Amino acid sequence: MAHRLSGGGRSGRTLRHLGLLVGGAVFVMWAVATLTFFAIRLIPGDPAQAILGGPGSQASQEALDQVRRDYGLDQPLLVQYFAMLGRLLTGDLGDSYALKVPVADLLGAQIGGTLLLALLSLALAWVLALALSLVSTGRGRIATAVGEGVELTAAALPQFWLAAVLIAIFSTGLGWLPPVATGTPSGLVLPVVTLAIPLAGFLAQVMRESLLEAMAQPFVISARARGESAVGVRLRHTIRHAALPGISLSGWALGWLLSGAVVVETIFAIPGLGRTLLQAVTLRDIPVVTGVVLLIALVYVLMTVLTDVASRIADPRLRQEAEAQR
Amino acid sequence: MSELELRQTTIDAEIAHAPAARRRQRLRLPRVGTILAGAFVVFLLVATAFPVLLETQDPNQIAPSEAFEAPSLAHWFGTDESGRDIYSRVVEGTSTSLLIGVTATVIGLALGLVLGVLAGFGGRFVDYGVNRLVEVLFAFPGLLLALLVIVVYGPGPVTATIAVGLSTAPGYARIIRGQFVAIRSSQYVEAARVLGHARGRIIVRHVLPNALIPIFVLATLGIGQAIVWASALSYLGLGAQPPAPEWGAMLAAGRTYLSVAWWMTVFPGLMIVGTTISTTVLGRALARRGRGDA
Repeated sequence: MAHRLSGGGRSGRTLRHLGLLVGGAVFVMWAVATLTFFAIRLIPGDPAQAILGGPGSQASQEALDQVRRDYGLDQPLLVQYFAMLGRLLTGDLGDSYALKVPVADLLGAQIGGTLLLALLSLALAWVLALALSLVSTGRGRIATAVGEGVELTAAALPQFWLAAVLIAIFSTGLGWLPPVATGTPSGLVLPVVTLAIPLAGFLAQVMRESLLEAMAQPFVISARARGESAVGVRLRHTIRHAALPGISLSGWALGWLLSGAVVVETIFAIPGLGRTLLQAVTLRDIPVVTGVVLLIALVYVLMTVLTDVASRIADPRLRQEAEAQR
Repeated sequence: MSELELRQTTIDAEIAHAPAARRRQRLRLPRVGTILAGAFVVFLLVATAFPVLLETQDPNQIAPSEAFEAPSLAHWFGTDESGRDIYSRVVEGTSTSLLIGVTATVIGLALGLVLGVLAGFGGRFVDYGVNRLVEVLFAFPGLLLALLVIVVYGPGPVTATIAVGLSTAPGYARIIRGQFVAIRSSQYVEAARVLGHARGRIIVRHVLPNALIPIFVLATLGIGQAIVWASALSYLGLGAQPPAPEWGAMLAAGRTYLSVAWWMTVFPGLMIVGTTISTTVLGRALARRGRGDA
């Protein structure tokens, strides 16, 4: 407990750690923006042409020149790059080529729905994974084999296929749930389940590992020796250990879910970032693609910072390790 | 973190937690799962090399009178909207789907290997640079990097393959770097260094041979992921296109008829799931064997 008394130094270190985290996040966002900008510039064809509706639109030379001036495409690449960075800082993502509206407005209207979908799926995946690993770990060979088999199968399910199978069973077959999103809670059930099941497979594999480790610890034996039941020990002591990797993986998981939203929103016809991204990729609507990519990267980066902080709160050992390295 | 790293950690954990006696026993007696997975992979290999041996009908034979037939003895997986036999088409599509998956894995693995070797042996600054690059690439989660590549180069099976390969590369890079760092600090590499061998010679003679089995295991895990991602791109209309019997494209074609012909969707998807599971199971068996010998 001695380290807790040296409060000033500890909070200083925590602040420094936080500063490094935030600095790293800013660096990653800058690099993502830069990489995206220059990757997009590799696109063959004239952006001015794309803005005017593609090569088929037979735009006049004057119109092309006008668009180049309006969008700053006649400037040197580096000037355009710094102009882009400057606009990003003010939250300006440019205008959609196809829809002619500001990308920021377009995405702002959709991020809420997509985040809701992703967070609900994350929560469900967590519950499923915790339940599976608690039920099947350390219960003998057969339970372990069944648990591993379920995890492996779940993690191997392609989202688009799972979605189709769930629709075939619960919409077409049983008629319990709508096959497309209706804006009501029942319309969200199948999309959330589709996203959650494969993710639960991944999470459960990692949770099982840390649960096994925790169950070999002396505190489990001493709790059992004090007369606690096996179930009680699981619920009171080891569950925390199983949950830990789940927390630190949440950043990765959210990124995975946002990428999965492309597939799931398309299949269930849910308006959102993923479906917009796919449409923009098909239409080659560059500002929208860039905007969605940057937004998802931002969510991912913020989530990584949050999970790092959350793991430190949930696991005092991480804080002590940092102290020991001093 | 990447999907691949998760699969890899699971293997490490499984081996770490298996008691020594059981580990030895499993060396001699393969598990039931391993045998089933092996059989499925053999089926896939035959379907790739000699599809005619497994097909019950001509996969492109159109028979409008037999459209949308449910699975039966004549058509094991049913028929599609033009009466083509789905089982035969699934067999026919194996080579394309595997080719895409394997090529994407090779691309990802090769890039990951280059980055991993650079980071593991290029000195502190190169290591730092590669780590930052990988970190940045992780901020394009899942299919995002692949979609970006497709915007730049346009949709199609070749672009989709390259896109999947590129987007799996950072995951490979990080795992391979970790393996190289472990090998680099091992005693046999230290011994070689003390003996005065050049760095290049140490990498070729000592490091790469020892990294080979883990990398091969990694590839078996990656193939499943690559096939799932590539077929997802096909399903979204960005990879192989529907007349081709590629599994993802077949699924995309079945999407329209989901309410009348579920078998058009279910069976090609089962092939993807089966392939992913069996390559992962074989990879795990290989990992156990590789480390059991050591």
